[in-house]
Amino acid sequence: MSNTSARPQPDPDTLIAFEGVGKWFDQFQALKDINLSVKQGARVVVCGPSGSGKSTMIRCVNQLENHQQGTIHVCGREVYGNMKQLEQVRREVGMVFQSFNLFPHMSILQNVTLGPIRNSNLSRSEADDIALHYLERVQIADQADKFPSQLSGGQQQRVAIARALAMKPRVMLFDEPTSALDPEMINEVLDVMTELADDGMTMMVVTHEMGFAREVADRVVFMDEGRIEENCGKTEFFAGGRGERAQAFLSKILQH
Amino acid sequence: MNGPPLQTRRKLTSVDYICFGLVGAIIAYAVYRVSDVLVYNWNWSRVFNFVIYYDEEKARYVPNLLLKGIATTLRLAFWATIFAATIGLVMGYMRTSKNLAMRMISRCYVELVRNIPPVVFIFIFYFFLSGQLMPLVGLDDFDKNGAFVSSGVFYMLFGDPRLFSNFVAGALCLALFEGAYITEIVRAGIQSIPKGQWEAARAVGLSPFDVLRDIIFPQAVRKILPPLAGQFITLIKDSAIVSLISIQELTFLATEVASTTTKVFETWIIVGAMYFILCYSFAALFGHLEKRALRARR
Ligand SMILES: Nc1ncnc2c1ncn2[C@@H]1O[C@H](COP(=O)(O)OP(=O)(O)OP(=O)(O)O)[C@@H](O)[C@H]1O
Ligand SMILES: [Mg+2]
Repeated sequence: MSNTSARPQPDPDTLIAFEGVGKWFDQFQALKDINLSVKQGARVVVCGPSGSGKSTMIRCVNQLENHQQGTIHVCGREVYGNMKQLEQVRREVGMVFQSFNLFPHMSILQNVTLGPIRNSNLSRSEADDIALHYLERVQIADQADKFPSQLSGGQQQRVAIARALAMKPRVMLFDEPTSALDPEMINEVLDVMTELADDGMTMMVVTHEMGFAREVADRVVFMDEGRIEENCGKTEFFAGGRGERAQAFLSKILQH
Repeated sequence: MNGPPLQTRRKLTSVDYICFGLVGAIIAYAVYRVSDVLVYNWNWSRVFNFVIYYDEEKARYVPNLLLKGIATTLRLAFWATIFAATIGLVMGYMRTSKNLAMRMISRCYVELVRNIPPVVFIFIFYFFLSGQLMPLVGLDDFDKNGAFVSSGVFYMLFGDPRLFSNFVAGALCLALFEGAYITEIVRAGIQSIPKGQWEAARAVGLSPFDVLRDIIFPQAVRKILPPLAGQFITLIKDSAIVSLISIQELTFLATEVASTTTKVFETWIIVGAMYFILCYSFAALFGHLEKRALRARR
């Protein structure tokens, strides 16, 4: 299984396109010749062993990490250098982190309104309406006046999702959104993500939750040592159309 | 396995009394040496008159040189803190910047101040400031009879108008000096903000300026307020060195009082007490505010 079939076409439906992307941390090469395209409405799950470059790849999309080789297009714009263009791209891309990263000095509502207020010149009340709408959607509107430290992990992560959605992004990135959560809170977050997928949101999700992948993904990308080793349809992936390493990895994480 | 934290005792034990006794004995011996061996003629009221004295004509108490000196010290500390905080904020941010030139400039500034004795630093900057900069911006020849200048507000903020450019030079020198320490405090504050906060702020598309204004500075400021308050108190004490460039603050005037009265011990003990009261009051005030802020945050 090779990844040559993933070469992006110049297609308005392609929201994310990696072409021959390489990324180094000093001497260490974390990404090697990454080619990947994510179409409008696609739900891509990225998995692979620890240190294989999953986070690095997903963080290159909104340039929290810069790549040094190849090109990345997001919503038709190349992401590189230029700060103004980068800000534009980042507003089209919502991101949810493993450790939530809510702003601790702001209330839940302020966390969610900050983006809309700063980026689209909305008045406070307009922004509040948008924020409450998305907080409603992740079922946490009743906590709007609290501060992040007063919420459970699962609640904080749902707020983080609402914060990303309030920018009305075209793509959502998730980097292990449930792996910092206690087991009993994982589902409340996965449920929200599943709903989001059902609404047609384009998503790129790094996760080890294979149940979620089975249910929600339409494509699975398997990474190892900085390369994309597998990039195939969900049914193909779970039906056994995968290479040795993916097989080994999968059997390891399915054991527990 | 951590045990419960050790309780700090509140009751005095015999050990404490022995400690007190020892300290008391040392003080008593020092007093004995001074009064008996030194044969010194104490005269407290003579010096105390320079703090505050009774004016027969006006029939009320009037502040004298030393009280005026401490007012100047406070004014100096106030303005120097404002300048130093501004310098510290900018330089502290530059210390953490991605841009190498910016980092080098701020690093040079900090190292320069930290590795030159304060007195030498103050001399260099004072002669540069008063010799070059002040005439350049025309601070020496502003209208000393203008309405604002002759008003009480001006006096309260800057002291005697005739000494204005001298005062500004002194405040700037102090600020440049203390700014280096505030720079390091600000840098530590900025660096204490977890990387995830920067990333989350960038990920919602905030501009670099908004990231600082909305996310980084508000959180950093909360963390650095206690060390900044401490630095303010240090600044009050450090302000004594500008007496060397003839800024008429407490230490400068104390030198004059000591030499005119020849009562050296009394003068410096009283001046020491004045500094102590000033600094300790601020320390107590800041401590109180900090406790209240902690309680307010649940
Ligand atoms: N800031 C950095 N500096 C240096 N090396 C880094 C940095 N970030 C990541 N790396 C290295 O790059 C490689 C890929 O890291 P990455 O975080 O992308 O892995 P991952 O697949 O997300 O792993 P995990 O499942 O543990 O999150 C790792 O070997 C890591 O040590
Ligand atoms: Mg990771």
